[in-house]
Amino acid sequence: MSHPAKASEFLQDAAKAKWHDETLWFVRDKRDTISKTIPEWEELRELASQIKDNVLANLYEYLVQFEEKATANGIQVHWAKDAEEHNQIVLSILQKHQCKAIVKSKSILTEECHLNPFLENSGVEVVDTDLGERIVQFLNQPPSHIVLPAIHLKKRDISELFHEKLHTEKGNEDPAYLTHAARLHLREKFLGAKVAITGVNFGVAETGEFVVCTNEGNADMGVHLADVHIACMGIEKIIPRRKDLGVFLRLLARSATGQPITNYNSHFRSPAQGKEIHIVLVDNGRTDQLAREKFKNSLKCIRCGACMNTCPIYRRSGGYSYGSVVPGPIGSILSPGLDLKKHSSLPFASTLCGSCTDVCPVKINIHEQLYEWRQEITKAQGTNAKSISMKIANGIFAVPFAYKITGAMMRGALKILPDSITYSGLNTWGKQRDLPETPKETFKDWYKKNRS
Amino acid sequence: MIQNKNIALFIPCYVDQFYPNVAIATLELLEKLGCQVSYPIGQTCCGQPMANTGYERDTVGTTKHFVEIFGDYDYIVAPSGSCVLHIKDHAPAIAGMEKEQESLHNKIFELTEFLTDVLKVENLKGSFPHKVGYHASCHGQRGLRLGSSSERNEPFFSKAKQLLDQIEGLEWVELTRTDECCGFGGTFAVTEEALSVQMGKDRLQDHLTHGVEILTGGDMSCIMHLEGIAKRNQQTLKFMHIAEILNQAIS
Amino acid sequence: MSGRENILAKIKAIPRESRLLPEIPAFEFPMDHKVAFMLSIQANKGEVITESELKDFIAINRFEKILNLAKGMESLSTQPLPSDAHELNELEVAIIQGQFGVAENGAIWLTDENLGLRALPFITEHLVIVLEEKSLVSNMHEAYQRIGDQPSGFGLFIAGPSKTADIEQSLVIGAHGAKSLRVVLR
Ligand code: SF4
Repeated sequence: MSHPAKASEFLQDAAKAKWHDETLWFVRDKRDTISKTIPEWEELRELASQIKDNVLANLYEYLVQFEEKATANGIQVHWAKDAEEHNQIVLSILQKHQCKAIVKSKSILTEECHLNPFLENSGVEVVDTDLGERIVQFLNQPPSHIVLPAIHLKKRDISELFHEKLHTEKGNEDPAYLTHAARLHLREKFLGAKVAITGVNFGVAETGEFVVCTNEGNADMGVHLADVHIACMGIEKIIPRRKDLGVFLRLLARSATGQPITNYNSHFRSPAQGKEIHIVLVDNGRTDQLAREKFKNSLKCIRCGACMNTCPIYRRSGGYSYGSVVPGPIGSILSPGLDLKKHSSLPFASTLCGSCTDVCPVKINIHEQLYEWRQEITKAQGTNAKSISMKIANGIFAVPFAYKITGAMMRGALKILPDSITYSGLNTWGKQRDLPETPKETFKDWYKKNRS
Repeated sequence: MIQNKNIALFIPCYVDQFYPNVAIATLELLEKLGCQVSYPIGQTCCGQPMANTGYERDTVGTTKHFVEIFGDYDYIVAPSGSCVLHIKDHAPAIAGMEKEQESLHNKIFELTEFLTDVLKVENLKGSFPHKVGYHASCHGQRGLRLGSSSERNEPFFSKAKQLLDQIEGLEWVELTRTDECCGFGGTFAVTEEALSVQMGKDRLQDHLTHGVEILTGGDMSCIMHLEGIAKRNQQTLKFMHIAEILNQAIS
Repeated sequence: MSGRENILAKIKAIPRESRLLPEIPAFEFPMDHKVAFMLSIQANKGEVITESELKDFIAINRFEKILNLAKGMESLSTQPLPSDAHELNELEVAIIQGQFGVAENGAIWLTDENLGLRALPFITEHLVIVLEEKSLVSNMHEAYQRIGDQPSGFGLFIAGPSKTADIEQSLVIGAHGAKSLRVVLR
């Protein structure tokens, strides 16, 4: 299903859609408020953007440096060119340790690689330990938001789910009660796991350390109790210097949830005595994106989710409407690079309002890239009138212009357009909107009479 | 002196066809402020709809035509942030016309920024005793930076408010979501019909909740969309382009 | 070709432009460090307390499983550090010495040297961090300056108790880790 179809489905439940919009707006509002307490906010964004530009320009050197330092610190570094290689590497580490059950904290990269089903097929039990992720995992769903994985669910849904899975009281919807039940359930999993997997927020080339940020403390609960820590990291997560963390940690949580910093920010440099740390550096399409001059900027993303919270489309269509691992504005510029055909409707699921670009802590020109992807998609589709973009093209000129206006007038105004484009789709405009009244004369006619 | 300058009026194609009164108001307003304005009769659509739909490469013809028609004027003024932004940001580069294009980008203005930044209008005399809600169109707001964006940490400014505040009796109504998109989005209005209408309804509600009588803005495309929804739902809001308010107030 | 060579070769093949790495300026911090730090901790749902309030907290709740690693609080300890973190599962209170605190956000820096076991501040039911007032720095830039090239295997900023808002965005304290954070500022 394309984005428009899924979006209108989402909007059918008007009350829930309104709640979704207002809740995410509230998160954005918190972000606005806290960002305005930092006088140097815009300067920080500019610094973060420049640091990431520098990373993209020197990715080769930084990766090599990171590997060298991390190895010297006793971390085992692996490289995976794609999802399959990544999954194999993880599995082989598990097999070496004869591990059949793991805990995993939030990692969009492992979602992207579909690690969970892969491991489950190989007989490994995977437990996602972030509360939101555990909830969607119980439901066999992917996260609908990269920071708030279960934002599409209401507490009633979760109460029912926990009643079934964790035997909580029927009808008890108290978030504190439900969270506590999850705490007990997951505590057991933490205590039993030999291997823990985490994502990575930042890898520091200078020191070979990597940083993981959470509020729940679930990443740390997992890794410090396990014998082996596997950290899965996209190659674009590198930053040059330790002190650059100062810039990014000031921006990340404020942009994500409007809090000044996440409650736990762990810097892993070398394994504790008798333990192992592995890092898997993953490409999976990133170098392809890096090679696309117009779109490489998308790799600067620090996954704060602010562009989702601010997006008037995302807030009213939900994460699943995008049908991609990373939803929302940033997803719509990343996903076409992975599969242009499958994701061809995403760059059009936007009004190009530009709010995402203004909110982004690393100043990615998201809405401009959406515009550029549109150009690429129409090129890839050629002039086949059945292609999605041609249908879309049909759309715009169907906006009331055609109504009651003679063909000659329209062609005069819009000389470039074939008739077929000008005269269709009118019904769509008029379904829930009136058309403007047609004036007696155009301005051009008026001007000729009155001024020349 | 602005009196000696040659100013061209650029009227977006849909304004020409559907909202001649907005174009007339723009013209009269500029004339009242002492400008010599002419309307180059050969102008056509700027190509924005095609470009935003992914066919920028097919707008070479319209862009060339635009440069030819408007290239010789000192200023080009349009009552639309959206079309001005297109000319500045998305009109394709035309081989051999780079110079003309660059100079064009520096002399084309959206109406309110022309009034505040070029004419430096500071004391309009007129009255308009109404509660007015301003819809900041995204292309004007974040594209042309006609106002401070709610996402950024910057001092508040709004070129529209700067002008409307000069009008006696006019009450500028503060909204909850000061610069959220109305959902028009060109193509989007039709391809994502459900979302587009929902966004429009939400914007309207914000204005209604705050007691707005007249909803105004700098882009008729947004207003056309919002007005279309309001009418269909028998909402009592009135809609005017900012040029119409200013022109009416100072007459 | 191995994954490594494959990735590096692909990057190498991409033409690149030079983009300078910016220097990070020192940003002024207008507030009193202590006031700002206390406000930050409160906002993060932690508490700043005195030593005697800590003693009351322990007495009132009749905690029996207390592990102390902070200087000058040895008498509060009821158990030694085990060799395996799993044995900490029943721990009620952990008292740790923090290296320094950050005024702008309440974050407190800890490393292996303070933690004994890395799991300690997470697995304990209640966490107490002892911090010297004079150790406060203004913001994260100053914090990393302070950290410098410290070589610890593990370093950690803690800014509050474990929390989540994953159910309808309602804030709940005590997701997986410590259910409370108290900072003894002295
Ligand atoms: S694109 Fe920017 S705003 Fe969106 S998630 Fe990434 S860093 Fe955050």
